[in-house]
Amino acid sequence: MAHATDAYVLKGGRVVDPRAGRDGHFDIRIENGLVAAIGKDLPLDDARVVEVPAGFVSTPGLIDMHVHLREPGQEHKETIATGTWSAVVGGFTGVACMPNTDPVNDSASVTQFILKRAAEAGFARVYPIGAVSLGSMGDQMTEMGDLRAAGCVAFTDDGKPVATALLMRRALEYAGMFDVPIIEHCEDPSLKGDGVAHEGAVAAMLGLRGIPGVAESIMAERDISLAEVTGGRIHVAHMSARQTMRAVRDGKSRGVRVTCEVAPHHFTLTDEALKDGAGYNTNLKMNPPLREEADRLAMIEGLRDGSVDIISTDHAPHHADEKALEFDRAPFGIVGLETCVPLCLDRLVHAGVISLSRLVELLSSNPASLLKIPGGTIAVGAPADLTVLAPDAPVTVRTAALVSKSKNSPFDAWQLRGATAATIVGGRVLYANPAVADAARFVAT
Amino acid sequence: MPIVMDADRVGRSLTRIAHEILERNRGADNLALIGIRARGVPLAERLAANLKTAGGQDVPTGSLDITLYRDDLMKHQVGPQPILRCTDIPFSIDGRTILLVDDVLYTGRTIRAALDALIDFGRPNAIQLVVLVDRGHRELPIRADYVGRNVPTSRQQSVQVRLLEIDGRDEVEVDEVEGAS
Amino acid sequence: MTAATKLRSRHLLGIAELDPDEIELILDTAVAMKEIGTRTIKKVPALRGRTVVNLFFEASTRTRLSFELAEKRLSADTMGITVAGSSVTKGETLADTARTLEAMSPDLIVIRHAASGSPHLLSTICKAGIVNAGDGTHEHPTQALLDALTMRERKGRLAGLKVAIVGDLLHSRVLRSNVLLLTKMGAEVRACGPATLIPLGLKALGVHVTTSIDEAVKDADVVMMLRVQHERMHGLFLPSLREYFSLFGLTPARLEHAASNVIVMHPGPMNRGVEIDSAVADGPWSVILDQVANGVAVRMAVLYLLAGEELT
Ligand SMILES: [Zn+2]
Repeated sequence: MAHATDAYVLKGGRVVDPRAGRDGHFDIRIENGLVAAIGKDLPLDDARVVEVPAGFVSTPGLIDMHVHLREPGQEHKETIATGTWSAVVGGFTGVACMPNTDPVNDSASVTQFILKRAAEAGFARVYPIGAVSLGSMGDQMTEMGDLRAAGCVAFTDDGKPVATALLMRRALEYAGMFDVPIIEHCEDPSLKGDGVAHEGAVAAMLGLRGIPGVAESIMAERDISLAEVTGGRIHVAHMSARQTMRAVRDGKSRGVRVTCEVAPHHFTLTDEALKDGAGYNTNLKMNPPLREEADRLAMIEGLRDGSVDIISTDHAPHHADEKALEFDRAPFGIVGLETCVPLCLDRLVHAGVISLSRLVELLSSNPASLLKIPGGTIAVGAPADLTVLAPDAPVTVRTAALVSKSKNSPFDAWQLRGATAATIVGGRVLYANPAVADAARFVAT
Repeated sequence: MPIVMDADRVGRSLTRIAHEILERNRGADNLALIGIRARGVPLAERLAANLKTAGGQDVPTGSLDITLYRDDLMKHQVGPQPILRCTDIPFSIDGRTILLVDDVLYTGRTIRAALDALIDFGRPNAIQLVVLVDRGHRELPIRADYVGRNVPTSRQQSVQVRLLEIDGRDEVEVDEVEGAS
Repeated sequence: MTAATKLRSRHLLGIAELDPDEIELILDTAVAMKEIGTRTIKKVPALRGRTVVNLFFEASTRTRLSFELAEKRLSADTMGITVAGSSVTKGETLADTARTLEAMSPDLIVIRHAASGSPHLLSTICKAGIVNAGDGTHEHPTQALLDALTMRERKGRLAGLKVAIVGDLLHSRVLRSNVLLLTKMGAEVRACGPATLIPLGLKALGVHVTTSIDEAVKDADVVMMLRVQHERMHGLFLPSLREYFSLFGLTPARLEHAASNVIVMHPGPMNRGVEIDSAVADGPWSVILDQVANGVAVRMAVLYLLAGEELT
């Protein structure tokens, strides 16, 4: 079946693939959607040649393991098609989607629906995450075996924490049979109360009800203790508080199977931003909230020293009308897929916090390993899911130009260095960034 | 930039006006002085002293801020509100003859505003107008009863009254203001 | 006399945005406005032809009446819109309400709302100047200004005054505005309340924070009592009204340790026997009625100063 016209070679560019131990200039030959070969000076045969521009970096396709695609049920915010296109534009070849849709992804039929829609869209790959409890109500455990078989790669009641310690214990034990992690939205409901912003000096002065950092860490400590006794795998989602970072570190040092993720807004912003301009920008309202500088620095330190395993966006689209409300009433969450790469390159790599190779671990290898999904490395014979970065390209974020159905981002007008140049899924160049010089080369003419 | 009145002339004008007031009103009974802020206030106080010297009688004195009555108050498209100062009229104006005192009479609009303001305080028997300088160019049918000096000017000129109490010296100066309208 | 001749913003969203010279300007203007209230005809034509909308999403008779009187004394045309219920009622959003009002071309909108930041949201939508008449637990700037005017009248100054503020510090917009204003003007502020009702970060504003009312009141020139809302008086904030009064209620005995000519203030409405003993509320220390009179003057000053900023 292999026609020579299907083949092309990404020639001469830098390739960063930490799991394969690769960081250097290599050619990658892609044939019939798969990686056919990788090496120095590959024979070109009659394959199309894409001369990779100097300064561009090819990496295993990026994977965002914490995305709210909103379909089914909230298609006015996002659909599987618009969300996975937003992912591709942001440089992601795969996303794991949260089950807090309507209906909740607590049965195989919902999982199958999501996978069908994702296949129809044909953009980023979608890995559904199932609910821990029916309706995420915290009472009855879902049929995890069935969900796993249908394609779910993890379980969570995200949007809220797993309701009781007992349910978490049982979920860790049960999901452990499939060696699947439980992803936890860590939050003690009584301490969170009706809070809307980080409990600190800024919320106090703005008159906003506070959510203390310990509301997160107390729940993380519960879950880490339960993972310790059950041997299950706990993954702390969208970590924001320095106390949580400490709890995760402690757990890791005791050998508990605990991992954690941080979202870009939690290492780039603090609650101080709530005072900017007229103040009370609802695009700065998310849960967990933007915390204070000590927390932000703790996230940076965790990224630097390896305690943080994964960067994920917690992409949470909301319609503009829903955000154009009083701060108290606006929903939590911001979109993140299209701003993640520039924020990470600018604020982590160029800022000297981490290497590019470590960034690829955080955005690709580690989420792939954690969820046991394909990708995370560029392997001969595997689907050619690749992200091409232009780490030095200047980016000015324009929220109005985001392709996500929602534009609720606080990063409008931010000037950053580092862009996605192209996104390749299954060998197909789905996206070449028109704002990056020479990225058009990736598109077959 | 000629000085059209020096300290001596200002002083003599105020003495003369005090005498004219006593003459016209047949004494100081039932008179009250109200100075328009800012420079009408020290002028009113000096007139009170002159009236006391000439007639032996204390004439009650008050001050009036007309800012809130100005007809151009809300006409500014851009710019701050004039700073509001205190109005202080510690006596009833009902039935009295009020001597309204200002430094310069020009278009008459300030006096119009002052008359509106005064009427809100009560019903005086009569209101008479005292000004140190009348520079002409009236836009309203208003004239002064007592004038220190008539100074013919063009609209392009500005008239600066300086008083000891506020400016450290007494004088009236006429300036050319370029491009003024 | 004052350095400022205008307000920099065309809105009054909070004390946080004001400089000391702007605060002085408002207070000096209010002194002049106060005289109008002593006249037979208590009305001046300053805002003739101007439209002011009073948009009240929270029941607040005193603040609403005070603003209405201020507007009428300045001859403004006023419209009052009182939205029943609280911010959580479904239906028209604040943004929709704002756009509807905008069509009526008001010059100023006075807003009271249960959600912090609502005036700020309005200011991003409306062309009119916005006056914050109390937003959630955030600020109540005209209250702090009228309190400052009262203190300045009684004490002749703000700088160096020892001011004790006692009560529910966490939920009080009056506290926030007063702390901001008083610290900007160089007063020494002691904030006192139960530990469950002290917000984080209060100390960072240069305030002495204590849970002892005796410590707060000692040598104070001014004692300001904050209203304790009944819904906070049980459950997890406080065990009981009785205990609150015994620990934090202002009594004549406690006032003995204050400065000899101490004044007592309260933004109203008072809970007698909860935060304040009737003997104090009605006693010689009380300047509570001055506060009400000064409220009208301060609001006249604010409306007057903002109306001049219309199109800047
Ligand atoms: Zn979550």
